[in-house]
Amino acid sequence: MASLQTDYLGIRSPNPFWLASAPPTDKKINVLRAFEAGWGGVVWKTLGSQVKNVSSRYSAVDYHGSRVMGFNNIELISDRPLDLNLSEIRECIRLFPDRAMVVSLMADNDRASWHDLIRKVEDTGAHGLELNFGCPHGMTERGMGAAVGQDPEIARLVVEWVMEAATIPVITKLTPNVHSVVPTGRAAVEAGSQGLSLINTIQSVTGVDLDTFVPNPNVGGQSTFGGYCGPAVKPIALKMLTTIAQDPVTARVPISGIGGITTWKDAAEFLLLGATSLQVCTAVMTHGFRIIEDLCEGLNNWMDEKGFQRLTDFIGRSVPTLTHWEDLDINYHVVAGIDPQKCIHCGLCYIACEDGSHQAIRLDPGMPYNTYSIKEEECVGCNLCKLICPVDSCITMVEKRHGAEYLNWKEFQRRGLPLNDH
Amino acid sequence: MIRENRLTPDEYAQNFSDIHPPFETRDAALTEANRCLFCYDAPCTKSCPTGINVPKFIQQITTDNLKGSAHTILQSNIMGGGCSKVCPVEKLCEGACVYNLMEEQPIAIARLQRYPTEKAIAEKWPLFTRKPSTGKKVAVIGAGPAGLSCAHALSREGIEVTVYEKESKGGGLMTYGIAAYKVTPQFCQDEVDYILALGGIGIRYDCELGRNIRLDRLQQDYDAVFLGFGVGLARQLHIPGEDLEGVVDAISFIYDIRAKSYPAVAVGDKVAVIGMGMTAIDAATQARRLGAREVTLVYRRTQEEMPCTEAELDIAKLDGCGILWLAAPKEVVGDQGKVTALLCSIMQLGAPDGSGRRYPVDTGDTLTLEVDMVIKAAGQMPFEELVNRASLTNDRGRIVTTDSNTNIPGVFGGGDCVNGGKEVVDAVQAGKDGAAAILQYLQNNPIP
Repeated sequence: MASLQTDYLGIRSPNPFWLASAPPTDKKINVLRAFEAGWGGVVWKTLGSQVKNVSSRYSAVDYHGSRVMGFNNIELISDRPLDLNLSEIRECIRLFPDRAMVVSLMADNDRASWHDLIRKVEDTGAHGLELNFGCPHGMTERGMGAAVGQDPEIARLVVEWVMEAATIPVITKLTPNVHSVVPTGRAAVEAGSQGLSLINTIQSVTGVDLDTFVPNPNVGGQSTFGGYCGPAVKPIALKMLTTIAQDPVTARVPISGIGGITTWKDAAEFLLLGATSLQVCTAVMTHGFRIIEDLCEGLNNWMDEKGFQRLTDFIGRSVPTLTHWEDLDINYHVVAGIDPQKCIHCGLCYIACEDGSHQAIRLDPGMPYNTYSIKEEECVGCNLCKLICPVDSCITMVEKRHGAEYLNWKEFQRRGLPLNDH
Repeated sequence: MIRENRLTPDEYAQNFSDIHPPFETRDAALTEANRCLFCYDAPCTKSCPTGINVPKFIQQITTDNLKGSAHTILQSNIMGGGCSKVCPVEKLCEGACVYNLMEEQPIAIARLQRYPTEKAIAEKWPLFTRKPSTGKKVAVIGAGPAGLSCAHALSREGIEVTVYEKESKGGGLMTYGIAAYKVTPQFCQDEVDYILALGGIGIRYDCELGRNIRLDRLQQDYDAVFLGFGVGLARQLHIPGEDLEGVVDAISFIYDIRAKSYPAVAVGDKVAVIGMGMTAIDAATQARRLGAREVTLVYRRTQEEMPCTEAELDIAKLDGCGILWLAAPKEVVGDQGKVTALLCSIMQLGAPDGSGRRYPVDTGDTLTLEVDMVIKAAGQMPFEELVNRASLTNDRGRIVTTDSNTNIPGVFGGGDCVNGGKEVVDAVQAGKDGAAAILQYLQNNPIP
């Protein structure tokens, strides 16, 4: 059986699954239950500046009967007394010495406050520090959180302050509320941060109540932009993770991947795109600590099937396959094929292709079941029909190359080859 | 012995409660609605005689657009509420659902259809409006599904409609001819009221064609006439003993259950029901539910040829009804004028007959069922004498039409009186078709 043992900057955990800095890691009773359930580590909910929270705090996006596809919060960093947090952190480390204990920090915006906070936290025996440069609401107005992460030079300055005091590994958590996560990532690495984690939540309005006309979540008739997370943000997180894994400066440090990780499949994808450890929050907030069981078992079984013995066998393996568009092979071509034995005649492929642009599916009327087939000469190989077909493996994309040689757009233009005539 | 009042009030209430309970909550309806794949050119829609856009109304449930959903249903089938309770959906929309091809449960289309339509009817949503009056008048004979559907469609187009109904309530067989556990008399009344709430439709109850109204008179008084008077006469068995006390026809048995209170309907200890159509099932199950100890369905062919659906047969079996296949009634045996037994010929299947079903042939053997009540449900006959007297071209009593036109100009027909007896949903469509034909006729024949 494959090993899930994780080593992130010397911070060891029995599996790569850490709980992200959030309500599930805000106090001892939660963290101890998470460790008992099997979580590999935690990032303790952000300590630092004193705050007060509001009610209500969360809202969500449901889709076609599934609840909480996307999740949104306007909660702030820990609102518990610092000394209480510190003593509980110490206690959790003593009771579970084999688990990763990273503490998230967001000090007031001056060198002395950061130094003071780091000293107190390191005194607990914590294994690492995560700098919260990402919180998108509440703290930004005070020049903290995302306000730091959105300006590479401010981030560089704060990391420099931190590195003057820190003796344990420092991970800088990046905000996605920027045009690119790379500049701040580079600044943090150049200033000495030994690791990066991403993404924090994405600023959002999840919806407007159609009776009260107030967006969600409603706080006494008003609302505010919150941080979006959960399954809906995974694709955005994976893209940002890849840009960090591909940049020559940020790729030098290990990455802790965050953003909508819900199943072991999500976890494998984050690892393949360069994450060394993984952080989970929304899935636990919606389903409890118990989800760690399938996260580990599923990942383990998949690794066994693929012949991977340890996580490092495949971390980052998919990164080189994400390239620039102009490097893609124009001669590569696939054509859809519908298996008539599996087809249930729902017509979803037909109408998607018809109105979704290509008119490449033929409809032969029947009562009550029509027959659908592909017009190969019209099929551009876009995948749309395959994506919407409700039957597993009914539609397959079959490779039918336009030409034998690899031909990209740059070469295509250089040779002056003809464009489509329709 | 045949007697009334066999059960306690609680037992009656339980036995005649809704056999297909509706979704009780929005969550329950949404869970099912969200399973729908939203097929294109959907097989369910194509399998509905009224062509209800099923994927659309289900999608409208998922978006909380219940008024839109009800409108989608009712614009194709104004009795979509009642049809959701009485349609044999396993051979129509649900039978065609693509989930069947995945060996999965089909979408509960009928149950979903109840959800918005029951709300529309209960809350009297005004989903339809009338166009300005055209000054045209149309008479409709029969306030059943065909007549009401025709009347509603015409009234929406600005026609003044008068419906003549021989009973004292509207709804036709929906009100008088269907098991009470499928659709309650109260619902039927509410549905009729909902249809009439559009306006422009007047109903004259207790008016029967050929008795107190005449077709030639209606032709004079109206711009067009639609005949939707259905079928009515129970088919006779033409066997000895048919006039004994204890032999009843299923139509009147079911009519009594609908029209009287349950304890007031008499039923035997041991009942034989002759036939295997929907009406036979409704009679047999309700005989059991009224307290009969033994009920046996007697059918001269086999399960292969039976007209009722599997689902209907299952209801009868679950109600504890016995089934005697390949048995044809030969004689009702009596003592002192009362039924004591049913003598049956034992049949075997021979060559296919005109309907394509194998024809039963007498083996010469017989068997005797000890019963004290015989319910005849061997089909209903068209009003042959009535249509002959009115000079309507007909086929053994069934009015012959071409695109809803009868042989008499300005007289149209549809529903059971034309097709000989099909589903409610077929009658609703026939009413729509009749309305379309009438509108065409009125346009082509402007009457000053």
